[in-house]
Amino acid sequence: MDILTYFKALPPAVAQGMIWGIMAIGVYITYKILDIADLTVDGSICTGAAVCAVLMSKGCNVWIALLGAFIAGMLAGLVTGLFHTFMGIPPILSGILTQLILWSVNLKLMGLGFEPARASASNLALPARKYDLLVSQLDINHTIIVLELFCIVLIAGLYCFFGTEYGCSLRATGANLAMSRAQGINTDNRKIFGLVLSNGLVALSGGLLAQYQGNADANMGKGAIVIGLAAICIGDALFSWLCRNNFALKLIAVVLGAIVYYIVYATVIYLGLDSNYLKMLSALLVAFFLAVPYWKKKYFSGRKRFHLRHQKIKEKKETKGGK
Amino acid sequence: MLKLINVQKTFFPGTINAKKALCGVDLHLNPGDFVTIIGGNGAGKSTTLNAVAGVFPIDEGRILIDGVDVSGLAEHKRARYIGRVFQDPMTGTAATMEIQENLAIAARRGDRHTFKWGITAKEKKHYKELLSILDLGLEDRMTAKVGLLSGGQRQALTLLMATLKQPKLLLLDEHTAALDPKTAAKVLEISDMLIAENKLTAMMVTHNMKDAIAHGNRLIMMNAGKVIFDVSGEEKKNLTVEALVAKFSEHSGQEFANDRALLS
Repeated sequence: MDILTYFKALPPAVAQGMIWGIMAIGVYITYKILDIADLTVDGSICTGAAVCAVLMSKGCNVWIALLGAFIAGMLAGLVTGLFHTFMGIPPILSGILTQLILWSVNLKLMGLGFEPARASASNLALPARKYDLLVSQLDINHTIIVLELFCIVLIAGLYCFFGTEYGCSLRATGANLAMSRAQGINTDNRKIFGLVLSNGLVALSGGLLAQYQGNADANMGKGAIVIGLAAICIGDALFSWLCRNNFALKLIAVVLGAIVYYIVYATVIYLGLDSNYLKMLSALLVAFFLAVPYWKKKYFSGRKRFHLRHQKIKEKKETKGGK
Repeated sequence: MLKLINVQKTFFPGTINAKKALCGVDLHLNPGDFVTIIGGNGAGKSTTLNAVAGVFPIDEGRILIDGVDVSGLAEHKRARYIGRVFQDPMTGTAATMEIQENLAIAARRGDRHTFKWGITAKEKKHYKELLSILDLGLEDRMTAKVGLLSGGQRQALTLLMATLKQPKLLLLDEHTAALDPKTAAKVLEISDMLIAENKLTAMMVTHNMKDAIAHGNRLIMMNAGKVIFDVSGEEKKNLTVEALVAKFSEHSGQEFANDRALLS
């Protein structure tokens, strides 16, 4: 393979990165702001894709189809939120339960997209030749421009939202539950809202992804949470020096993180790595990034530790000398 | 202002760990009362405060704040009446948010959260003035994350937040226990100042008998989930630590066995 093939692979990587960047922003809301690792997303991204594909196959406008995907994702988030707050199930388990519910829902949904409707289907085509799509891998330049606009509008909207009284109360809920309740914030309500918003965005990106790759697939969400986390970690590691605690810049860093992830992905494939290993590499990458803050705390807040150890040795010597 | 009528609470009922934490607490606070609460470990001091704040539902009895029965209200709903400062300096503030954002949230305690901006320029100016009264240099660090502050600074900020929107009741739960003596004295001074300035009704749990005598206009002693001693006015002013220890044995029939309270 020559280097030209590699360069040709880059624009699609950027496009894919931006779609997953929108997904990663959804993950950011739960993981970073609410401090909940929400595994619903593995299911809701596919739900978004399925709803978008089904609605379009029924002749809906692409924007309505995306709106439908967004709402479907919000419903999935609502289910997880109620599992967690109303039924008292730990958030990770709530997400896993909803994810499993969505597996059945997605198969049923995609069955509806056929003519005549099937009982279930694990794949539903959404060919660009047949439909008027917003994004498609057949027209990368157009796709990148559309996705750029999507990201800008989305980040601006979220920046405004998290600056409002309600948005601030949501951030406070993630930062400190006891304090939030003492300040009169209904923390259950805020957690549900965060999960609803997050999964809405994830499903929206699912709708875009289905258009981009030309189909919805039951397996497309496998490991989505890991890709979302990877984008957040990479964005934080590479671009946090740019952010200066500005929320909008942090979200941009997340999208850039997702783009870097897919560029690395393209590079690794170009270098001839067996693509079966990619999921494993993603998981290891995320594990590494998640470990870094822990290691920093344990081994590299070193001066104090060293000082303490040094002091102990000194004290021991002194007591020995005293004897 | 605050009325507790026969408030009872048992933790882990029906198990081997069942613990009767409050056994019929009766208490009546007049507007402007500043009550200090002392007692041994497990006497029910903090449990009383948490029962008032609504951290858990009570088993029996009624809690009224300014005539409103709040016994059945959720914690976040009672918050409109109550300002709180906790023992752990980490609990009262959101570490990952700015100083001014924390204050803005406190300024909206008990209000509906709308989609208006969470903090306005006018507010920021107001907060700056309030922070400068604390004399901790926080007025120049309004956009700093609260996680960067020391424990004492965080407690002072929590105090300011608790009183920012005039509460009907201020609950201080051993709010100086985690601080070094000098910082604790400063935070107590700020507490006194804010309570006097806003003419607040307040309850302060403390392990320090000297502090309990020196602050407030009324002192109650708790033991085994009950109020065993209640003194106010001149009589309280003239109390000594020795007298308090004697009172404890007299009312409870036990020795006061708490090094932390006696030695400090």
